[in-house]
Amino acid sequence: MALATRTARSPSLIGFLWRSTVGKKAVMAATGLIMLGYLVAHMIGNLKIFFGPGEFDSYAHWLRTIGEPVLHYEWFLWILRVVLVAAVVLHGVAAYQLSRRDLAARPDKYRRTRARTSYATRTMRWGGVILLLFLIWHLLDLTTLDANPNAQHGHPYANIVASFDRWYVALFYIVAMLALGLHIRHGFWSAAQTLGANSPRRDRVLKATANGLAALLTLGFVAVPIGVLTGIVS
Amino acid sequence: MHPASDYTAYRTGTPIADTKAPDGPIAERWDRRRFDAKLVNPANRRKHTVIVVGTGLAGGAAGATLAEQGYHVVQFCYQDSPRRAHSIAAQGGINAAKNYRNDGDSVHRLFYDTVKGGDFRARESNVHRLAQISVEIIDQCVAQGVPFAREYGGLLDTRSFGGVQVSRTFYARGQTGQQLLLGAYQALSRQIDAGAVEMHPRTEMLDLIVVDGRARGIVARDLVTGRIDTYFADAVVLASGGYGNVFYLSTNAKNSNATAVWRAHRRGALFANPCFTQIHPTCIPRSGDHQSKLTLMSESLRNDGRIWVPKAHGDTRPPADIPEDERDYYLERIYPAFGNLVPRDIASRAAKNVCDEGRGVGPGGQGVYLDFADAIRRMGRDAVEAKYGNLFEMYERITAEDPYEVPMRIYPAIHYTMGGLWVDYDLQTTVPGLFAIGEANFSDHGANRLGASALMQGLADGYFVLPSTINDYLARHPHDDVPADHPAAADAVAEVTARLSRLLAVDGDRTPDSFHRELGELLWDECGMARTDEGLRKALDRIPQLREEFWRRLKVPGTGEELNQSLEKANRIVDYLELAELICLDALHRAESCGGHFREESQTPEGEAARRDDAFSYAAAWEFTGTGTPPVLHKEDLVFEYVHPTQRSYA
Amino acid sequence: MKLTLRIWRQHDADTAGAMATYEIDGISEDMSFLEMLDQLNEELILAGDDPVAFDHDCREGICGACGMVINGQAHGPERTTACQLHMRHFSDGDTIDVEPWRAAAFPVVRDLVVDRSAFDRVIGAGGYVSVPTGAAPEAHATPVPKEAADLAFEHAACIGCGACVAACPNGSAMLFTAAKVVHLNVLPQGAPERESRVLGMVEAMDDQGFGGCTNTGECATACPKGIPLTAIAAMNREYLRASVKGNRRR
Ligand SMILES: Cc1cc2nc3c(=O)[nH]c(=O)nc-3n(C[C@H](O)[C@H](O)[C@H](O)COP(=O)(O)OP(=O)(O)OC[C@H]3O[C@@H](n4cnc5c(N)ncnc54)[C@H](O)[C@@H]3O)c2cc1C
Ligand code: HEM
Ligand code: HEM
Ligand code: SF4
Ligand code: F3S
Ligand code: FES
Repeated sequence: MALATRTARSPSLIGFLWRSTVGKKAVMAATGLIMLGYLVAHMIGNLKIFFGPGEFDSYAHWLRTIGEPVLHYEWFLWILRVVLVAAVVLHGVAAYQLSRRDLAARPDKYRRTRARTSYATRTMRWGGVILLLFLIWHLLDLTTLDANPNAQHGHPYANIVASFDRWYVALFYIVAMLALGLHIRHGFWSAAQTLGANSPRRDRVLKATANGLAALLTLGFVAVPIGVLTGIVS
Repeated sequence: MHPASDYTAYRTGTPIADTKAPDGPIAERWDRRRFDAKLVNPANRRKHTVIVVGTGLAGGAAGATLAEQGYHVVQFCYQDSPRRAHSIAAQGGINAAKNYRNDGDSVHRLFYDTVKGGDFRARESNVHRLAQISVEIIDQCVAQGVPFAREYGGLLDTRSFGGVQVSRTFYARGQTGQQLLLGAYQALSRQIDAGAVEMHPRTEMLDLIVVDGRARGIVARDLVTGRIDTYFADAVVLASGGYGNVFYLSTNAKNSNATAVWRAHRRGALFANPCFTQIHPTCIPRSGDHQSKLTLMSESLRNDGRIWVPKAHGDTRPPADIPEDERDYYLERIYPAFGNLVPRDIASRAAKNVCDEGRGVGPGGQGVYLDFADAIRRMGRDAVEAKYGNLFEMYERITAEDPYEVPMRIYPAIHYTMGGLWVDYDLQTTVPGLFAIGEANFSDHGANRLGASALMQGLADGYFVLPSTINDYLARHPHDDVPADHPAAADAVAEVTARLSRLLAVDGDRTPDSFHRELGELLWDECGMARTDEGLRKALDRIPQLREEFWRRLKVPGTGEELNQSLEKANRIVDYLELAELICLDALHRAESCGGHFREESQTPEGEAARRDDAFSYAAAWEFTGTGTPPVLHKEDLVFEYVHPTQRSYA
Repeated sequence: MKLTLRIWRQHDADTAGAMATYEIDGISEDMSFLEMLDQLNEELILAGDDPVAFDHDCREGICGACGMVINGQAHGPERTTACQLHMRHFSDGDTIDVEPWRAAAFPVVRDLVVDRSAFDRVIGAGGYVSVPTGAAPEAHATPVPKEAADLAFEHAACIGCGACVAACPNGSAMLFTAAKVVHLNVLPQGAPERESRVLGMVEAMDDQGFGGCTNTGECATACPKGIPLTAIAAMNREYLRASVKGNRRR
């Protein structure tokens, strides 16, 4: 047996993990946390908008010059994009595959049900879908600018204002941010559990942190569209 | 002529002897037996198939061990998983002569205590072997990962249990049986996964197949499809547990039954000491007619709880209002040396006596108090909770009374059966190739089992004794196939099928349970804690009538080709209705009091059990001759070379 | 008391089932839920109907045989097994829904009886210590810290009832599997097979058709033996550790 174990061709770690529910979930958790990390930074960056066009635009420019002269212009951004895309794809695909399996594992429902779990927990899947749609729109809106008629490259400040001046866009952003908040509220603790970082002692702390992060990100992100709508940012 | 008087006219046949036990110094017998036993060449073991009926401590341990040795094992249990065997319910602990406490324990002391505790009705060689093996059991279980209670130093904790003065009982909270069984179940699962054990859950053995005088297989029913099948083997091992459920209300699992052993008995295996049934003193009293089973409160509770009743008859005041000097701590009063820790039979009878005097407490006056007030004062509530928390919870859940506040109410209940299939030193019954282990056999506990000794015996039989002794039998009987259509098999199948269809055909107006209840009450009244010639004859009159009524008025819905739990019940009751008769006859013929068997005619002036070694120092092995027809009694004389019989005294 | 019972009736795995309604009277509050069903069955038999099939044996909350979803909760409103649930937790006139465990890995056998053999196969895939009878060292050769022993016991208390699977929206067996992995992996006796155990059992769990875990926590809420949710975290940790250590099977 031991011998067989050794001689049996052993797949790459990721490849191996991907084959089991526990492993695939770990991939989800890891990619989720990567995205989470990005979002914290992204949110902080976004808040610079309250210091006016100059500072925000130069920040946006700086984003593209990170790592120079070692890296070429925008390289860092591109590396980041590759990582993020990989994360989103792995995360999304894993989410899809696991969800399919989970639904199949519990074909019929009970006549009477008592959900004793939090709303955040129950809305992870839909929250995820909303986030995916948001992301697509968001990139078209503020990165490629395709969905943002009166916008021009190099002037993110103006672009944001232009975008959120459309109340329905602002509203969509706000809704999406709430979804994000919920997703993270369960997601962060869940990731800790999935990655085996949870324990009787840490459980409370992790739950609190999750709530904190969720609130922080939601508020931080929502501040921008609100700012534009209320005219603080214009 | 009268059926009962007819049945009591039993014949005494040739005496029976255990020919396998070597003589010589008792401490060397087990080694000698193992050395003299023939062995099966490891290469040939695969060719041998062994059927094991039961996955409790005995069966689970045996199945796993035989498979480890290389035999092909085919195993059965009626539950949906081998892990659910009745052994799982054992609470208190398991004995072993480890002497970790250095409190004077030893193999010899455990041997001595067990023979004495059994009231000198057990075989010395068997008991000594049990005591020797006890130490290996603990090693084995610990290695399996059984989470026994430990002390801060990381060493195993032990406690004193049920009437012994040394702390030799190993335990895992109040769930020792569960943890030990899971250990065996896990070892068994490993063998199932490896393909060495072919496991048949939800499959009930309904008959034994005897070919040319040797046990060669069984007939079993798939409880889901109702399919009746035959299974053949070179040897058959019954580990099917005890028959306490014949009393309907007992602490046994609801579906524990006597069918396997009784079918074997009908096929020629002698049944020994059926009247040796144990009543457990600390059970939760019944709360009404709906009661379906009784729940045991581990007797470890007696280590710290104090048992009492009011001194005054019919005193209905709540316990708290009864002042100290109006309470009768009757066990401490009558048995100063052992107090609340006297053996089960004594504690039970004492409880019955005070209740019969009209001093019982609770509904119907069928209960006595088990009081922890002092313990809580002495050790503090937390210590008590740490020790008995889960038992207290269990009690509160069932009775809705908080034992930290009000004393528990307890009453004796049928708990264990010392009697069972007669086996020799090799655990082989009188049918060659048929072995019986665990509670299913009669071997080691005599007339009364000490607390925490059944788990020990089940595991000793399953892990260590049977796997060695069965080699000898298999080595002497090289494998040969039984043709599937052998007449013996065909007959057994025909009988089983006929019986089932007959049960379904009656279509009367009474449910199976109603008969089981009635039989149980009859036995409890006439053949329970105290037995009299008159009462037993009354029961022996009634049972045949009940049997006749059963076959006339029974109603079993559905068919035999489906999951049909009523049919399963009814089928088991058929056997109870025959076994009950033998129990009463055995109790009637044994006109002495010993251990769990108390004959009111035979007591000392002080009302203690009076054993009569002159007339009854033997094991009564009964031979079946037909339903309702008198059986033949074969006596196995008991010789005591090492523990000299004395009148048991715990005063 | 008087009750209305709506119970799932299904003749066998292949035929479709449905809820059937029964009125029952004269229920004592000291009865266990199963004793209440016993009474119903006695009445059904005499009425010539098929009694309701349900698994049970010890009726002490330890064998894990009983199990049914009562009013949408596995084992009913109390944190205990159905056999230890007493009628005093219901009130006169209640309507009670009784259904079998529902999970793809637990096909219904009849009425409230389901096939839980998948659990046995998960245990067979590594839920043991490989120590043939007789090969054991002296019990005190390896002292076990009390904390480890207690932790092991806490997880070993699992009775294999399946309530966790029944309660889980994904029909996942994570809590059951984790309980056994933790029990054996925290003990020195379980250490040598630490990796192969968790890898094997998780693989078997997936093969048996249980769902994945989305950390919903319903399982631990339903568990009659209080197996903690953190057991799942501990198993995930063991699994990732084993995966990284590289002795991966298949
Ligand atoms: C509540 C309670 C507490 C106890 N506490 C203790 C204690 O603390 N210490 C102690 O030493 N002893 C204790 N005992 C006694 C002890 O638990 C039992 O004597 C012992 O477990 C019996 O084990 P066994 O393997 O012989 O049989 P069981 O554990 O009863 O197993 C019987 C097996 O046979 C199978 N079976 C039966 N009939 C058939 C059939 N016809 N076809 C197929 N399969 C069949 C069953 O499915 C089961 O797997 C207690 C008993 C009870 C009831
Ligand atoms: C691409 C769109 C997304 C989809 C489809 C999606 C979907 C899901 C789903 C279905 C889960 C599992 C829920 C559960 O296990 O309870 C999940 C978990 C998680 N998601 Fe997302 N999500 C998406 C985007 C994000 C983003 C942008 C983040 C970053 C903040 C994120 C972070 C997490 C985290 C941390 C978890 C927890 C992982 C775990 O439980 O182990 N997700 N996601
Ligand atoms: C109100 C909230 C948000 C605002 C105002 C906002 C603003 C912006 C802006 C202005 C850019 C373009 C930066 C540039 O190209 O210089 C951007 C890029 C991006 N945002 Fe957001 N964002 C918000 C929320 C989010 C959220 C919730 C996510 C993830 C779920 C997200 C993910 C991204 C990504 C992936 C990019 C592309 C980065 C790149 O590759 O250039 N944003 N965002
Ligand atoms: S974990 Fe709890 S719910 Fe699941 S099987 Fe074990 S005891 Fe039952
Ligand atoms: S409920 Fe199911 S989702 Fe995980 S936490 Fe328990 S297994
Ligand atoms: S019947 Fe054994 S746990 Fe309920």
